[in-house]
Amino acid sequence: MSNESAVTKISSVFVDEVVTHAKLRILELPLGAGKLALITLDNDQDHTRPSTFGPRGLASLDAALDEIALTQNIAAVAITGKPFIFAVGADLSGADLIDSLETARAITELGHRVFRRFGELTVPSFAYINGAAMGGGLEVALHCTYRTVSTGAAGLALPEVFLGLIPGWGGTWLLPNLIGPTNALKVIITNAMAQNKQMKPNDLMKLGIADAAFEPADFLEQSMRWTAKVLLGEVQVARPEPDRDSWDDVVNAARAGLEVRLHGATPAPYVACDLIAGAKYRTRDEGFTAEDDALSVLMMGADLRASLYSFNLVNKRARKPVGVPDKSLARPVTKIGVVGAGLMASQLALLFVRRLEVPVVITDLDGARVEKGLAYVHGEVDAMVAKGRLSPDKGNRLKALVTGSTSKSDFADADFVIEAVFENLEIKQQVFAEVEAVVSDTCILATNTSSLSISKIAQNLKHPERVVGFHFFNPVSVMPLLEIARGTKTDDATLATAFAVGKVLKKSCVLVKDAPAFVVNRLLTRFLGEVTRAVDEGTDFAAADSALDPLGLPLSPFVLLQLVGPAVAFHVSETMHAQFPDRFYVSENLRRLVAAGKTSIYIWDANGKPSVDPDVAALYVQGPVQLSAEQVRTRALTALAQEAKLLLDEGVVAAAEDIDLCMLVGAGWPFWLGGLTPYLDRTGISEQVNGKKFAG
Amino acid sequence: MSSTRQGTKLVQEVVYVDGVRTPFGKAGSALGGARADDLVVKTFRELLRRNPSLPPARIDDVAVAATTQIGDQGLTLGRTAAILAGLPVSVPGYSIDRMCAGALTAVTTLSAAIMAGAYDVALAGGVEHMGRHPMGEGVDPNPRFLAERLVDPEALQMGKTAENLHDRFGQLTKARADAFAVASQEKTAKAFANNLLQPEIVPVAVRNADLGWDLVSVDECPRPGTTIEGLATLKTPFRSHGRVTAGNSSGLTDGATACLLASEATADELGLIKKMRMVGFAFAGVEPEVMGVGPVPSTQKALDRAGLTISDIDIFEINEAFAVQVLAFLDHFQIADDDPRVNPLGGAIAVGHPLAASGIRLMSYLAKDFENTPSARYGITTMCIGLGMGGTIIWENLASQGSPA
Repeated sequence: MSNESAVTKISSVFVDEVVTHAKLRILELPLGAGKLALITLDNDQDHTRPSTFGPRGLASLDAALDEIALTQNIAAVAITGKPFIFAVGADLSGADLIDSLETARAITELGHRVFRRFGELTVPSFAYINGAAMGGGLEVALHCTYRTVSTGAAGLALPEVFLGLIPGWGGTWLLPNLIGPTNALKVIITNAMAQNKQMKPNDLMKLGIADAAFEPADFLEQSMRWTAKVLLGEVQVARPEPDRDSWDDVVNAARAGLEVRLHGATPAPYVACDLIAGAKYRTRDEGFTAEDDALSVLMMGADLRASLYSFNLVNKRARKPVGVPDKSLARPVTKIGVVGAGLMASQLALLFVRRLEVPVVITDLDGARVEKGLAYVHGEVDAMVAKGRLSPDKGNRLKALVTGSTSKSDFADADFVIEAVFENLEIKQQVFAEVEAVVSDTCILATNTSSLSISKIAQNLKHPERVVGFHFFNPVSVMPLLEIARGTKTDDATLATAFAVGKVLKKSCVLVKDAPAFVVNRLLTRFLGEVTRAVDEGTDFAAADSALDPLGLPLSPFVLLQLVGPAVAFHVSETMHAQFPDRFYVSENLRRLVAAGKTSIYIWDANGKPSVDPDVAALYVQGPVQLSAEQVRTRALTALAQEAKLLLDEGVVAAAEDIDLCMLVGAGWPFWLGGLTPYLDRTGISEQVNGKKFAG
Repeated sequence: MSSTRQGTKLVQEVVYVDGVRTPFGKAGSALGGARADDLVVKTFRELLRRNPSLPPARIDDVAVAATTQIGDQGLTLGRTAAILAGLPVSVPGYSIDRMCAGALTAVTTLSAAIMAGAYDVALAGGVEHMGRHPMGEGVDPNPRFLAERLVDPEALQMGKTAENLHDRFGQLTKARADAFAVASQEKTAKAFANNLLQPEIVPVAVRNADLGWDLVSVDECPRPGTTIEGLATLKTPFRSHGRVTAGNSSGLTDGATACLLASEATADELGLIKKMRMVGFAFAGVEPEVMGVGPVPSTQKALDRAGLTISDIDIFEINEAFAVQVLAFLDHFQIADDDPRVNPLGGAIAVGHPLAASGIRLMSYLAKDFENTPSARYGITTMCIGLGMGGTIIWENLASQGSPA
């Protein structure tokens, strides 16, 4: 297909493309080095809307290169971006609307046809990476002969694998041939799978991706001066040949590592691995064709669509929670109270003081516990100062803001008091009654309960309308999800204030109804219950624990159990069983394990490899029914499909999107599953269990 | 030894080490897309690159001049430009305004501090982006100026003050002004042809919304090939049947300049090249409506204080805001219009006049003149200033070996 007809065809899919124009200037280089054809990638928006490549943008770049080809006496070609942005890759706005392999392939081929021209000119080409360069943006730079990077550039990555794709506009062939397979695997796979970890400008230098780095104040001027010196032979750039002898071993080791982690759950990292392996022997043409073959298939796959869905939930829905009262109703929060000085309460105090930078008072009945809580917060702040994440002045400020007391009277002028005491209804009711006796009538009372009823906690108060559930996930500083639960009497001002605070805390807030265990813990408890039930019935530990491997979850069920703590998990399962005895399972084996003071099913050897603790095996009383891993998986997924449907039917959340967002940011379930419901839909489980899909 | 103690005061000699400038663009044209503060930053960084033996932390102060101190020319430009250029936070800075003599005043003010022993090294700069900041932007003259006839109504329009000079000195004809202007263009063209001026220019990347990034490396204002006949046809915008035209005045210009000053002892200590030594300086006032004559009393005052006479001066770098104002100076000191000692490399009529930046441009030209004329011992940089002032600095040539130390 010619470029023109490909553009026309694809453009009908990308109807909303914000076109990145390739603006061309012919200018004189310093030092008499000749004429430079300089392309500026610019979508005519400010830096908050970075430049991306859609079909029209690629056509514009192609046209600029055509014009350069017709210009006489060009010494070099260079490409750079608008302020702060180089280019951030393919326009994904139409990616999930592509409905045929032919269209997908047309896009991958068009990108190759345009980008590869930078590597096939009769003169050297230079990429001046002035700012964010992600995906196809970084790939354009890789096609160039040389690269400079601004020391101020932020957002340098090949994130494709993170979204179920591969850097298939040249990246998987060019990068390993430039910097070797070890570093290419790190950039393309390891970084992408580590929550899309970004590189720093200095990383580009160390990895050999960039040839020169200049400070942002005169980055372009110095880049062009450097260009002149390269052209004049005053600067030589070394291009060490990657070691091809160890190439296969390196890739094989990476593939084995993927298998341990993913068990084949999603194709993109494997495909990337294969292409990097092939880059060892493939010619340029063969490498790019292999990318076209692989990328077009991935573009039609369910994992890309689920990943884009997840990406939008995390980046859009999480920032604009659904069903929240207008933010104008929110009241100012100028002082925080934290009831309890245990680990959870101390983590909360640290988070609140870091983000809100207002006074935080920790109280506990026991002075020694208060001191311990304060010491934890101060220690964490000191550690951040030591690592350079906080300035010493900011550290002093934060530490001075956190105080402790054994008397709740110190909450008198607080606007927001959160409790993180033992998970017991009477205790929480009593704590709030004591707090209410000292605070103003409008002070928000938030509870970090994970399984108790908000409405019941509030029921004896004079002002139950000020009580709200504020459910964090452990560890508080890391996990992005905050379930904000509305009790039957919670008023709009309270809810609006809770969401305003959640936003300042930089959490992904989801509004949930006051229902047992809300969303994430309810789903995980139900799911763990099915796995532990299978073991109690007679399935062996390994078969049960590996049952969910094909999903590529971050933790296997028993590792999750260890992280949560068997005692907590058992307590929650009992609470849930009391509410929903038909569905939530209480394991007598787990009861014995907790009673014996065991904190895990497993013991771990020096290499971090788990095996069943013989003490645990001895405690367990198992039945005669051995299920296969597949049968356990079917049971667990069936239970999840049922429970997710009930969450929606009961109105615990507004939509399936909220369930998926909760699983993504609260349980860390993978993008390629779309959280939960897209996976249940595409595997047919939704229809088998509920008679219909969650979507549409 | 260039430093001596007098009582408790340390008196130091001041040397001019190096100077650079951006290309000068027609107002709002080649440099139209650049911010004024960014232009200053580019010159600072280039000066530091060219003088690698100077540890940036040794800079005791930074003074940057701009006439219209609004927006990107405001916010205490000396400090903000220093931060933006990546100088250590320990280096302070401030802003200067004496209209066209801003950079000249930045140099004299910093030099005075060096002389007094307060500073050892200083960075001076000037900028005027007349495209972003047209002359008179945001001014609010006190009504008393006119009500009490403190100044002539024409004193605030520089072109009219130039016409007034023609009135005052009948011998300053339009023909002489045009001839001087043509010579300025010719000298400039010749200087560029001989690559004398290119080395002081720092190329600047400028972004245009429609055309993308550009690298501006050359001056935009010069009009080589200008003829007397061509100039005769130009309009006289300040007065009908007047004498001042776009051809015999400097145009509206965007640009920035910067220079490095040091005590002589510190320059020796750090191995900085000493191009010129400051002999003395003076400023003086005249009637605002004939501001162009300002360099006459300021030069006389500077000469008197230095114990020199006009005949001691071997090279004159006088700003060409208007040809007539240069001619008024030359006539006063009985120097011929085409004296080769005057503006040997051309001047503002050709290269442009970004108001507060021009003073340092005169110095970088004089340093080049000194280099080209080792026999020259003294030179001056002088310019007229709005509201009726002149400023003059006398310099001694250190560029040639065997020059008197």
